Amino acid sequence: MTIRQSAVVFAWILLIPALLYVLVIVAYPLADTINLSFTNASLRRTYDWIGFDNYRNIFKRGFSEVILRTLVWTFFSVGLKMVIGTFGAVMLNAAVPGRTMFRVLTMPPWIVPMAIGIFMWGWMYNGQFGMISGLLQRFGVIDGPMPFLAFGTSAFWATIVTDVWIGVPMVTIYLLAAIQSIPRDLYEAAWADGAGRFYRFRRITLPLIVPALITMSIISLISTFNSFDIIWILTQGGPSGKTTTMIIDTYRTAIGSYKFGEGAARAVLICIFLSVFCFAYFRLISRFSGATMR
Amino acid sequence: MKSNAMIDRYRWYEMVGIYAGIALFLTFVLAPFVEGFLVSLKPLTYLFSSPYKFWPQNASFDAYFTMWERVPLLGRYIFNSILISTIGTLIGVILITPAAYAFARFDFRGRGPLLGAFLAVNMFSGAVLLIPLYRLMRSFGLLNTYFAMIVPGVAFVIPTGIWLLRTYMLRIPQELEEAALADGASRFYTFRRVILPLAMPGISVVAIYSFLTIYAQQFIYALTFNSKTEYMPLPVGLYAFFGRQDVIWNELMAASFLGVLPVFVVFIYLQRYLVAGMTAGALKT
Repeated sequence: MTIRQSAVVFAWILLIPALLYVLVIVAYPLADTINLSFTNASLRRTYDWIGFDNYRNIFKRGFSEVILRTLVWTFFSVGLKMVIGTFGAVMLNAAVPGRTMFRVLTMPPWIVPMAIGIFMWGWMYNGQFGMISGLLQRFGVIDGPMPFLAFGTSAFWATIVTDVWIGVPMVTIYLLAAIQSIPRDLYEAAWADGAGRFYRFRRITLPLIVPALITMSIISLISTFNSFDIIWILTQGGPSGKTTTMIIDTYRTAIGSYKFGEGAARAVLICIFLSVFCFAYFRLISRFSGATMR
Repeated sequence: MKSNAMIDRYRWYEMVGIYAGIALFLTFVLAPFVEGFLVSLKPLTYLFSSPYKFWPQNASFDAYFTMWERVPLLGRYIFNSILISTIGTLIGVILITPAAYAFARFDFRGRGPLLGAFLAVNMFSGAVLLIPLYRLMRSFGLLNTYFAMIVPGVAFVIPTGIWLLRTYMLRIPQELEEAALADGASRFYTFRRVILPLAMPGISVVAIYSFLTIYAQQFIYALTFNSKTEYMPLPVGLYAFFGRQDVIWNELMAASFLGVLPVFVVFIYLQRYLVAGMTAGALKT
């Protein structure tokens, strides 16, 4: 065996444990999901191949509405994360006393167990005793108690706000790092030419963090599309299905009613959406880096 | 000639604007914690009173004592949470470290696509793969054990872990290994005695990242794969109380804060390394 060959063998020995683990816990389940989606599997040990019946049934039961709702929910959540994250990153980038502490204070929603953060929001949304309804009444914005999770529209937005809250710290910290990696001479040159603060933001900061923004958008898009805990804990998809996203619907079908086959067909559709997002991302990022860098 | 330090000098109204912006931002980020903490201090009778009052009157830490009676297994839940994260982190680090080394140092056919395939795991979540995972756990006989809650979570920290540690290892000079190999050390010996000590800071970042991630996301697997109360991690243990009509909110919040404490301790000590490591790995795409 040559030195090169022994190096390759050694590399594979190093890789095999992680590779096997991911194959068993992710790749096999993925293949199994596709397989199950063509069957009528349930808790019974045996099941039959039923072709595309699950997929036909899905759309008979108003799944297109769920898909549309999921896309709208995801769109607003990701959009708000980017806007608030950019705002936070720019503010935390300012050279003011205390900024190190402010940066650390941004992190708690990200590191706290998700479910526990959601419990706190659950109380905040309480109509009688929660902070949001209480303060809005105090300032005369609303007349009576407002139970945010009890009405379709307000529950829809309440779950978005909580999702944004959980995602914002990571977006902010990444964008802050992106801003800090912009060469300082660019700002100094613009400043020497008399460019104002806002002009510098619009013409230097913003264009140069676009790759970071695209990357964060896709990462947020994927985690938001997969978001389960928030809606499940706050509303379980209610009231009357107004916060039922694809993931929630899949969980309800598969784990709630043990219809593994139908659930798997829904999961496959989610995977198709995720793949489309990732494909779009690679097209976007390669076009962008081809056009402006190097 | 304007001096360069002047670029960071703010006028008073810019200062006010920046602090107002930061205050607005942090209010959104921290409001639930402030509210949660204040709720944990409010006596129950006062808590359920209208109209809403922000500051607690008769504030007391009673809930922090009475919660142990109302949630008898609270200590157990917190122990379970820490146990699940610790074992998950150990498994994760054991799998991630050699794989990251292979990607950082060795040139073999299919390296690029394989790394891409690992990263593609990030696309999926446990929620999408829940049905086959449930069947898998059932056929392994792992349902209602700790391992049902540990095993799936680890798979989803592997990709980011490999990415972070690979980035770190790429910065270790190659000459050190070459010298060790030239002296007749085996590859495994070189990995264990030369690379591992040098990569320790990177491995620590991966360990903190794994611990925090697994601690933060132990809801769905525990909800679905385990029904034994004594094995429940804190989020699911408390969720059982959350769903009820007569939620004891002050105690629920007190218990939540207690459960958050371990991660805060880990985080406050190590946040500097974590943020530096995460962003370094992320921006080098």
